[in-house]
Amino acid sequence: MNLPLHAQIINLCAALLLLLAFAMLTQRRIRSLINLFSAQGLVLVISTLTVAYATHQTHLYYSALLTLVLKVMLLPWIMHRLIRKLNVRWDVESVLNIPATLLIGIVLVIFAFNLAAPISQFSDTIAKSTLGIATACIFLAFLMMITRRKAISQVIGFLAMENGLFFAATSATYGMPMVVELGIALDVLVGTLIFGVFFFHIREKFESLDIHHLEKLKER
Amino acid sequence: MNVASGIVFQILQSVLVLLIAPLMVGWVNQCRAWLQNKSGPGIWQPYKVLNKLFHKDAVLAHNASPLFWATPYILFGSMWLAGGIVPVLATSLPFAPAADVIALVGLFAFARVFIALAGMDVGTSFGTLGARREMMIGFLAEPAMLMTLFTASLISQSTSLVTIVETLGHGDLVIYPSMAFAAAGFVMVLLAENGRIPIDNPSTHLELTMIHEAMILEYSARHLALVEWAASLKLTAYVTIGIAIFVPWGIAQAGDWAGIPVALAALALKLTIAGAGLALLEALSAKMRIFRAPEFLGTAFMLATLGMLVHFLLET
Repeated sequence: MNLPLHAQIINLCAALLLLLAFAMLTQRRIRSLINLFSAQGLVLVISTLTVAYATHQTHLYYSALLTLVLKVMLLPWIMHRLIRKLNVRWDVESVLNIPATLLIGIVLVIFAFNLAAPISQFSDTIAKSTLGIATACIFLAFLMMITRRKAISQVIGFLAMENGLFFAATSATYGMPMVVELGIALDVLVGTLIFGVFFFHIREKFESLDIHHLEKLKER
Repeated sequence: MNVASGIVFQILQSVLVLLIAPLMVGWVNQCRAWLQNKSGPGIWQPYKVLNKLFHKDAVLAHNASPLFWATPYILFGSMWLAGGIVPVLATSLPFAPAADVIALVGLFAFARVFIALAGMDVGTSFGTLGARREMMIGFLAEPAMLMTLFTASLISQSTSLVTIVETLGHGDLVIYPSMAFAAAGFVMVLLAENGRIPIDNPSTHLELTMIHEAMILEYSARHLALVEWAASLKLTAYVTIGIAIFVPWGIAQAGDWAGIPVALAALALKLTIAGAGLALLEALSAKMRIFRAPEFLGTAFMLATLGMLVHFLLET
C-alpha cells in the first residue's frame, strides 16, 4: 500500500471521525458530548482542507471555513448556553446499556462498510475508501438519536449525522454545490435555534427534557 | 549477526529492563505527585523501598502452602522473561523467537493465575476478593489486548514482535489509521492490566475497592519486594510493547553497536514521555466502580475490533 500523503491524512481523519462517533455513543455527560461534537467538526475541517488542497477545489475552502465557524464554534457555543440556561448538567440516560449499544454499533459499522464497498468502487476521488466510514458515522449518529432519552443528546445526534453526511459528500464527490451547502448550513443553524425554543417548551410542559413523556397522547 | 554479540545484547537488555523498571514507577509516581501539587517522594523512592524490604525478615502465614512463597519468584521470573523478549533496545535478540505476541499474552496470563492463586491461598477475605476481581479484569482485558496486537500483526503479516518492529519502524513512513484505534485500545488495556487508576488505584491499602493490593496484602519482606518489582517490570513490559508496536523508531538491530546510543536515548525519551502521559491520564480520570470495568474494557475491545475493520477498509 503506497498512498500519497494527503490520502493518508484523509484516511486518518476518517478513522478519527469514526472514533469520535463511538466516543459520543458511549459518553454519559452532556457537556463532554458537546465537546466531542465540536472535536468531530474540527476533524471534518482538517479533512476538508486536505481534500481542497489536494484537488485544488476552491469551493471546498469555503465549506471548510463554514464548518469551522458553524460546527466548531457557533453551534457548540449555542448548546453550552442552552445547557446553562436549562440547567441540565446531569448524566445522559440511554434506553439501552452502553455495552449493548457498542455491540450494535460494531454491527452497524460492518453493515456500513459492506454497503459502501460496491459504491466506492465506481468513485474515482482520492478519498473513495472513506465512504464506508462516512456511512458508518451516519448510522452511529442515528443509533445515538434512537438510544438517548434526553432531547438535547438527540439533537446532538442529529447534528453528528449531518457531520457524517458532509463527510460522505466530500469523500465521494468532492462536496456538494455551494448553494446546497449554504442551505444545509443555514438549516442546521436554524434547526438548532428552533430546537432550543422547543426545549424550553418541553421543559415547561413536562418539567423534564425526557422524551419519554411525549409518548402519551392523552393528558393524564 | 554472530551468536556472541547477540547474547551480549540479550544480557544487556535484560539487565537494563530489570534496573529501569522501578525507575519507571518512580517517575510515574513523581509526575502524579506534581500534577496533584505535591512535592512527591522523588524518582528513586522505589529502589529505597525495595532495599528496605530486602533487608527485613519474611513472615509467612501458618497455613501458607509452598505455592504462596513460590509465587513471587514465578511472578518475577515470568515478568523478567517478558522484559527480555520484547525488543526494548534491539530487534532479533536470541530470546525473541521464544515467544510471539500471543505467547507474551499467555506469559502474562500465567503470572496472573499464580498471583490469583496465591491471593486465595492464605484464605483471608481480602485476598480472595482481590483474586476474583483480578481474574474478572484479566478475562476482559485479554481479548482486547489480543485484538490490538492482531491489528498490528495484520499490517506486518506476522505475530512476531521483531517483524512488527522491523515493518513499522524500519520501513517507509506510512500513516495507518487502524493503528490509532489499536493504540487507544492498547492504552485502556495497559491501564486495566497494571492496576492503574480508572480500574484500580495503585496507591491504596486496605480499601474495599482495591484489586492488586488486596491480593498481595499477606506478603512481606523479600516476597513483597519481588512482587512489587514484578509489578513494575510488568508496567515496563507493557509500555515497551506499546512502544515497539506504535512508536518503534530508534530501536537498534542486534549486533549493531553503533545503534545502541541512539536506541538508549530514544528509549529514555519515549519512557519519560510515556510515564508522564500515564500520570496525566491517571490525574485526569477518576477511579471507576468495579461494575463499570466491563464497560471500560468492552470499549477497549470494540476499539481494537474497529481497528481491524478499518484496516480492511482503508489499508488493503
